[in-house]
Amino acid sequence: MKLPHRLHGKTICLIGLMAIFGSLGDVLLRKGMKQIGAVSNWHPEALLTTFDRTFHSGPIWLGISSLLLFFIAYLLVLSWADYSYVQPASATGYLFVAVLGYLLLGEVVPWMRWIGVLVICLGVLLVGGTPPRTTEER
Amino acid sequence: MTGRDAAFLFIVIFGGTGGELAVTHTMKRVGEVQSFYPHHLLRVILRAFRSGWMWFGLSLMTISFFSLLMLLSWENVSFVVPVTALSYVLGAFGGKFLLGERVEPRRWVGVALVCLGVLLVCVG
Repeated sequence: MKLPHRLHGKTICLIGLMAIFGSLGDVLLRKGMKQIGAVSNWHPEALLTTFDRTFHSGPIWLGISSLLLFFIAYLLVLSWADYSYVQPASATGYLFVAVLGYLLLGEVVPWMRWIGVLVICLGVLLVGGTPPRTTEER
Repeated sequence: MTGRDAAFLFIVIFGGTGGELAVTHTMKRVGEVQSFYPHHLLRVILRAFRSGWMWFGLSLMTISFFSLLMLLSWENVSFVVPVTALSYVLGAFGGKFLLGERVEPRRWVGVALVCLGVLLVCVG
């Protein structure tokens, strides 16, 4: 099914926003959880304390806000584009996550992981070349 | 990757993908968003939240979110997030069999490459 040009433009724009806000949100969540520490005590009381500390963490709230913006862009794009198109196409965020994890959190990213992330992006490029909608319009 | 990591990854992937499929189902019923004025967007979002599927999807996504937080307390984000790309296989199958989308061969190749990439991330 051929789509008008306007749909491609706004689809690419919103998927770009999804990639940026999604990856930034994940990196901020990792920053917050790193500050809180690894969850290792499964006692309900200890879990509640961790839960409480999680929701008093600035980076966690910034991460949630960023993911909320990601979610709004995601909802909008899903109203016209296929799920099986949007989900893989937004995977460019994986590259951003690895780069941000390396730059902002000082994570050690082995070369094999970089190659893996690039292969994921190659898959994304292939998926991006297919039409955004294959189902009939309601 | 430890067994504990694998178990939480499983919840993140199934919860996240199940939630996304339910949310997609809702948004397809709401219809294409044509206007981006705030009051029009708010109306669309309110309409979406009147659907039971939306709440079901959000519940699954919440479970997935807390599992992701647990994973992120143990492992680096540059490992956890790319590995969650395994949800693409589930997403493509879900799109095809649950939502009736036609997944072209080229998309399948793309999804397969995503899987290969995830494998390399795990090995790395």
